[in-house]
Amino acid sequence: MRWITARRRHPAAGYAVVLLMLVALGGGYAFLTGSGAAAAPVSGPSSESIARGADLFARNCASCHGLQAQGTSVAPSLIGVGAAAVDFQVSTGRMPAKQNDAENNRKPLAPDFDGKPQNIRDVANYIESLAGGPAIPDEAQVSAEAGDVGRGEELFIANCAACHNFVGAGGALTYGKSAPALNQATPTQIYEAMLTGPEAMPNFSDSTLTPQSKRDIIAYVTEKSSEGNPGGFSLGRIGPVTEGIVAFLGLLFAMVLAAMWIAAKQHGKTTR
Amino acid sequence: MTEINGPDGPSRPAWHAEAAEATEKLRQATGSPSDEPAGHAEAAEGPRRVVGTPPPAQARALLVRPEDEEKAPERELPADPDDPRKAKRAEKIVAACFLLAMVAGFGFIAAYIGLEVHSLDATLRSNLALGLSMAVAFLALGAGAVIWVRHLMPEVELTEQRKPLRSSPEDKAAFKETFKEGADASQFVKRPILRRTLIAATVPVAVAPIVLLRDMGPLPGTSLRHTAWKKGTRLVQAVTGVPVLADDFSTPGGILTVVPEGTLSDDEELAKSTVLLIKLRPEQIKEPTVKNWTVNGTVAYSKICTHLGCPAALYEQTTHHILCPCHQSTFAADRGAAVIFGPAARPLPQLPITTDSEGYLVAQSDFHEPVGPSFWERG
Repeated sequence: MRWITARRRHPAAGYAVVLLMLVALGGGYAFLTGSGAAAAPVSGPSSESIARGADLFARNCASCHGLQAQGTSVAPSLIGVGAAAVDFQVSTGRMPAKQNDAENNRKPLAPDFDGKPQNIRDVANYIESLAGGPAIPDEAQVSAEAGDVGRGEELFIANCAACHNFVGAGGALTYGKSAPALNQATPTQIYEAMLTGPEAMPNFSDSTLTPQSKRDIIAYVTEKSSEGNPGGFSLGRIGPVTEGIVAFLGLLFAMVLAAMWIAAKQHGKTTR
Repeated sequence: MTEINGPDGPSRPAWHAEAAEATEKLRQATGSPSDEPAGHAEAAEGPRRVVGTPPPAQARALLVRPEDEEKAPERELPADPDDPRKAKRAEKIVAACFLLAMVAGFGFIAAYIGLEVHSLDATLRSNLALGLSMAVAFLALGAGAVIWVRHLMPEVELTEQRKPLRSSPEDKAAFKETFKEGADASQFVKRPILRRTLIAATVPVAVAPIVLLRDMGPLPGTSLRHTAWKKGTRLVQAVTGVPVLADDFSTPGGILTVVPEGTLSDDEELAKSTVLLIKLRPEQIKEPTVKNWTVNGTVAYSKICTHLGCPAALYEQTTHHILCPCHQSTFAADRGAAVIFGPAARPLPQLPITTDSEGYLVAQSDFHEPVGPSFWERG
């Protein structure tokens, strides 16, 4: 450590310490937050056999949900949840779950379902065959082009923004749960989530929040997800808090550096 | 009228000498030339001072020229920097900074004129350009100024003398005398009718601002205690205004934000009357929820948090918690919106609802208690 202590009075030592702290803070933040995985594509409906679905269910789901999907002490019954719920949970990677947690977050798909939308559809068909339930919406039902972004924004703010933030950036709930960001969600997944209310999310049935209203909301969320950030940083898009913190910390460090520069001793200059 | 000796008389007052000395020091410090205008010279010889008139302007002014000419002191600040070559380089850098600031400033104007703001993306780009150019302009200006100070201006410590702020005893006595004589001369003491009518004249002017407080608006009256809900008012969905059929809102775990029919565009009313409709299974509803105020497991709570009035609408259908995003007040929707966490002091008020003859959800009455945050007269 001698080499470092020997340089502690160097004119640039102060700047070096401040810069080091900046890098440590930024790097630490980036390391802790990480980034999510990409969503898998979802294909249209098909008439795949229920038997294949039952087989996949037994392999991937039955250990928690029971062999007849009747539910166990660790997982709920899937009787009557419908194909839409299965498609949402499996296509976002939430199911099969890694562990019994406060919440299952979006993650890479299980090997049986990764890049195999037909397998997801098979399991969905199997669950639907047990007791019906909400069906997977078709392309026209979830078309963002058919939605009105402006009305979608009003509906989103009235119904969704409380938890998901006004641009769909997500937010915290109680006891370790959180509402996810919506920027990776496909239109189909958004529709299915509204229809079935996965996990802590309440549901919004087609009879109250009409399919057209759902399309408007999808149009708004899609618009927000595809929007660019000309400044280069979205800052999580969670509003004035992050922007304030970034401005405060960033400007604070900049001002410390500037103050050090202004007040630094000038070498080779004598005081009369 | 009495007279005292003028500045040139034998008993020249001490304050005059002090002031002259201080100004002389100041003159030396600032290095100002000691040329003396004709007017000042005249004032110095000046007329004798009369009590009740201000002292000569020369004695009161901060920067009075001294009477007697002295030789110019030697410079305290060097005229040129130590190292002309370094100074030349610094000069170029400073000039470059200022030029950069100028270019960025023009860039700001150009960005303001040239960039469209008629779409969201265009507005964001315009903001970026405006912010960047302004930041560069100010930064370059500041950096140039600092380099100028650090590399071209001399680094010299100067001490400036300062005389005590306290007036001299002679000044104080003179003031006291002047004041007393002035008061007598004005007849303020001798003529009580003038004094009293003057005071009477100022009273209404002083009271006027208090009367103007009336402009802060009418008192709220009972408007904080009542909302637009009344017997038979239909619950309509926020934004769309569609009335809610009890049979349509039938999936347990569903929620809906509803408002009184006919208030959709009345923001002031919506701020009080907005209601969160929650569908539970009938058997899930526990005390102290008023079951007579629910419809087949559908329960209606005010959406306005009882803490500070934020919309409390983060509903978790698994735990039946309603969470307020502002300060994390948490209410149990299945237990009469009882507070289970956070700073809220009271449960969310429950709206009594029922169905009308067509099956639509309607209010039985207004809320039975004031909605939203506490207020002084709430009791």
